[in-house]
Formats: sequence, C-alpha cells, structure tokens
Amino acid sequence: MLYREAGQFKATYAEDMAIFPIRQDRIALAVLLGIAFIGVPLLATFRIWPFGTDYLLWAILLPFLILALAAIGTNILVGYCGQISLGSGAFMAIGAYSAYKLATGVHIPLAWLGFAIAIPPLPVLASILLGGFMAAGAGILFGIPSLRIKGLYLAVATLAAQFFFDWAFLRLPWFTNYAPSGSVNAPELDFFGMVVRSPVERYLLCLAVVTVMAVLAKNLVRGNLGRQWMAIRDMDIAAELIGIRPLYAKLTAFAVSSFIIGVAGALWAFVYLGSWEPLAFSIDRSLELLFMVIIGGLGSIMGSFIGAAFILIVPIMLNVIPTKLGLPLSTQTITHLQFIIFGSLICYLLIKEPHGFARLISIGKEKLRLWPFPY
Amino acid sequence: MRAPNANEILLQVEGVALAFGGVKALRDVSFNVKKGEIRAIIGPNGAGKTSMLNVVNGFYHPNHGAITFKGSTRSKMQPFEAARGGIARTFQNVALFKGMSALDNIMAGRTLKVRRGLLWQLLRYGPALAEEIEHRRKVEEIIDFLEIETIRKVPVGRLPYGLQKRVELGRALAMEPDLLLLDEPMAGMNLEEKEDMSRFIIDVNNHYGTTIALIEHDMAVVMDLSDRVAVLDHGVKIADGTPDEVKRSQAVIDAYLGVAH
Repeated sequence: MLYREAGQFKATYAEDMAIFPIRQDRIALAVLLGIAFIGVPLLATFRIWPFGTDYLLWAILLPFLILALAAIGTNILVGYCGQISLGSGAFMAIGAYSAYKLATGVHIPLAWLGFAIAIPPLPVLASILLGGFMAAGAGILFGIPSLRIKGLYLAVATLAAQFFFDWAFLRLPWFTNYAPSGSVNAPELDFFGMVVRSPVERYLLCLAVVTVMAVLAKNLVRGNLGRQWMAIRDMDIAAELIGIRPLYAKLTAFAVSSFIIGVAGALWAFVYLGSWEPLAFSIDRSLELLFMVIIGGLGSIMGSFIGAAFILIVPIMLNVIPTKLGLPLSTQTITHLQFIIFGSLICYLLIKEPHGFARLISIGKEKLRLWPFPY
Repeated sequence: MRAPNANEILLQVEGVALAFGGVKALRDVSFNVKKGEIRAIIGPNGAGKTSMLNVVNGFYHPNHGAITFKGSTRSKMQPFEAARGGIARTFQNVALFKGMSALDNIMAGRTLKVRRGLLWQLLRYGPALAEEIEHRRKVEEIIDFLEIETIRKVPVGRLPYGLQKRVELGRALAMEPDLLLLDEPMAGMNLEEKEDMSRFIIDVNNHYGTTIALIEHDMAVVMDLSDRVAVLDHGVKIADGTPDEVKRSQAVIDAYLGVAH
C-alpha cells in the first residue's frame, strides 16, 4: 500500500531518467545512506549493540564494502559488456601491489642505459588511485584478445592473466621490496595528515570510496557508454551496424572494470588486510567475485552489493544459526555446505533467473506496486 | 518532404561480385539508388539479396566491383564506417539488443551523435546531462512517430515480433541515416502489421526524406511501395525498372515461375 507511485508525475526527461524515479525508493536510499554514514559510526563509537565489539565492522562490513566494489568492477565487464573474466583476482592484485610499490617508492635500475627510474614514495590516496590505473592498463592489455575470441576462450585468456600475476607477485621479489617471507605490510593510511587507524575510520573511508565509485559507475552504465557495452553483449553484429566500434567498447569496459577492481584490490590490501601475500588474490578470489555477480545480478550495480552481501553472510549464518539451535557444525561441514549452497544456487539462478537477486527484487517491487491486486 | 532533385544518385553499385568459396553469391551486379526514392530489391530465395545489402553496409567485402556512396568510392569498409557514412540497416531476423528496453535500444542508435566522452558521462552533469536529454528528446520523437509509447520501458525480449520489428526500425531511424536498408521488414507479419509497416516506411520516406532500399517477398507490398525495383536471380541482376516494367519482364516471370525445359 505504501509502495505506490500514483500522483508522481514526471514533467521532464531528467526526472524520468533519474536513478530512482520512484519517490519511495529515494526515501529508502536516503535512509540507508543515513544509517551507513551516520548511524553505524555513532553506534560503533559508543559501542552500542550490535557494535559492542568490532567484529561486525571488521569481519562483515569492511570486507562487504570492498568486495562489493570489486563486484561492481566485475559486473561492468561480465554483466554489462558480456566478456567473461576469470582474472578479477589478478586485477585486484595489480591494484594492491602497484599501490604498495608506489606508496613505498619505485626504483627501477636501468644499468645498461646508465640511469634509473626513481619515483619517491607517493601519498596513500594517490597510490591507491594510480594502482587502479595500473590495473586498468593491465586490463586493456588482457582485453585485447577479446577482440578476436569470445565466451569460454576469452575466459581462459583471462585465466592466464590470473596465473601469470599470481606467479609474478610470488616469484619476482622486486614487487615485494625483497621481503624474505613474500608478505608485505601496507604503509600508514595517511590522508592529508588524517591518519586512518580505527575500524570506524577504515569503514568510513571505504564507505566513501564505494559510494562515490558506485554512483560514477551507475552514471556510466546508464549513459551512452553503458548502452554501447550492453549492445556489444546482446548482439555485437548489430552493435557494429549502428556505429559502435567493438574495439573501443570492449577495451573501455576492460579499462573501467579493471580500474574499479584495482582500487578495490588496493583498499583490500591497505585498509582491510594490512599485510598480505599473493594468496589473498588467488583464483579463488576471482571465482568468488564471479559468483557474487551471478548471484547478485548480471548487469546490475545494486546486484553487485546484494551478491557481495550474500556470499559473505551465508558462511557466517551457517556458523551462527546451527549453534543457536544447539547443533554446532564442524568447520569442514560448514565449508562443504557452503559449496553445496553456492553451487546449487548458481545453477538455479543461471537457469531460472540469469539476472539474479536484483531482478527478483525488481519483480517483487513491480508486484508490490499493484498489491493486493495481481494486475 | 521528398528530395526536390530526385535524380541525384546516392548509391551506385558497380560490377559487384561476391563468392563464398565456390558459391558465387553475386555476379557482376550493378544498380543505383537515387536520392529520396524507395528502391526495392527482389528475387527468389537464395538470389543474393541479403548478400547485396551486406556488401553495401560493409559486412561482406566484394571480390570485385566498387560502391560509390555520396560521391566517394570504396571497395572495402567496416560496418561501423558505413554507419558513420549514414547507412542504417534492419535485419531479416530481428537483431535487437534483447536485454535492453525499447527506449535504450533506440537510444543506442544515437551512439554516433554522442559528443561527450567517458569522463563527462561519468559525471553526467551539466553539458553531458543536457546532451543526454537532447538525445532522449529526439528518441521520443521517433517513439511517437512509430506509436510505441506504451512499450518504451519494456525489455525488447518480451515484446511480440511485430513490435520488435518496429523498435528495430526506430533504432535505425535514430541514426538519422541518409540511406536506410530494410531487410524483409514485413517477414512473418499479418495483414494489419504489414499495413502498419508500409505506412511507416512511406512516412519515413515522406517525412524525413530518407532514401530507402528494401528487400521484400510480398509482391503486393513491393509493387505498391517502391519507385523502382531491381530483380536478382542466382546472383545476377535480371531486371531493373519501375514496378510495371518489372512485372512485364519475361526474365522475371521465368525466374519466379520457372521455365519449361
């Protein structure tokens, strides 16, 4: 009954083209943002339930935000442009390690030329953004095969990126500043003199980055470039005929997607992990991101958030709920159950609803608008 | 408004030959399309009509021959270059972007007219938003023209076939083409839908002055709509002229009805 758009007339095209054309959705979003930006930090600062400990911030909200950002990046490539990628983890790693190198200073001795490239340590924010740009460059490079090959074959090409960078960051000591253990530590998170240390500060930092980038990504996908991507995804021949250059459309998708994933990788390393090894960005991460996108909704920014939340929360729920019911499960059982649930859910969604939870929600909203009448 | 100087030649196809291995799809075909006319290409199945359109808009590269469009001659070009030159096209089997709404499909047709780049589109503010709204206004005119207002937000995959054809025509119109190629615009339609589509084709020609080259199997439609008709059979042009001339041509009658051996 509350969800009605009767009486909300749109007098301009700008109003009709808004992200949330229905007033109730706008109110819901404003409330959500209010809770996220003001409510959560306040509760966490004064340690009010459920923020009595830092567990919720550290173990759920922080990874949720960063992985949602990476999922948005994956979704732009896989969901919007239809180019299957198994290399998201590698692009996260490129973002993370580039940011790390830039934040600690780059020194490339070019002995045979008689000089060395030396870049002094850059501020953290610049490093993170430049990490994104490095990932974008790598994305363009590994996107070039997409001009010739499609589908599974492209997936294999991106898989090659994954294994190559896994190897590079593990075996080439230059990337880890010759750390003997192969694990590296993030620099202090100093933003123009403001040092981010506590979980609440980290949370707010990630929230701000994710919000801004999600809005920009949404702008892109509902603009002309987004339509070009979707056109390439849906029918590349017809897309060429209306003047879309496949080269430009595909490589911009790779670049934008890798940039977002790269920034997410840098945040994951710097803000969430603090110290990390290449294993943090293995093929498992790539697959996890792909699952998030498929479950949440291919071709939906909101779906990326839903998918990330689902993938993160299910294991925790599997742990918490049986314990509350007095049936504690062993860790192995939980892991197996997780595989079963994700596997069957992905099969089900791919067959029944390829657009994932996001589409189910929008169908739900359509029904809600008419409720209690069927049509 | 029909173009006043209807004798200006917009497209000249000169001695085009196209072979797929041993199959000769087109053999030395020449014809022209004058500015502002409705030109039909007909012929029995497998005559090479669709191949001809594919050559014109750059899908196939002819083995021989040249194509002169708007005064510039070329033998090879990519489809997006043809699009930039002002050639739009619809397909025999609808080739819409299934996951996108009718509105987005037609908006995608305006890709070549978009001037603001990636960074502006990221911000979607000021001039970028103004441009987007301007394109939307143009697209809404087309939506009005084709009478598909009610389905503008519906994903085209859910639309019935006749409406999909109409959306596809809308997407081609959004390009504001000089030459519009229609590959069997009425295939698989019932009588009313055919009448609607014929009306739209005539209106596009009259209202926007767009030159149209179409392939069609429905002879009644072809003879009524077109100014001139070219007939292909087995990759060879066997007749060319006004509908009445073509109807009387013995070669055409033989091609369609067969000859006694």
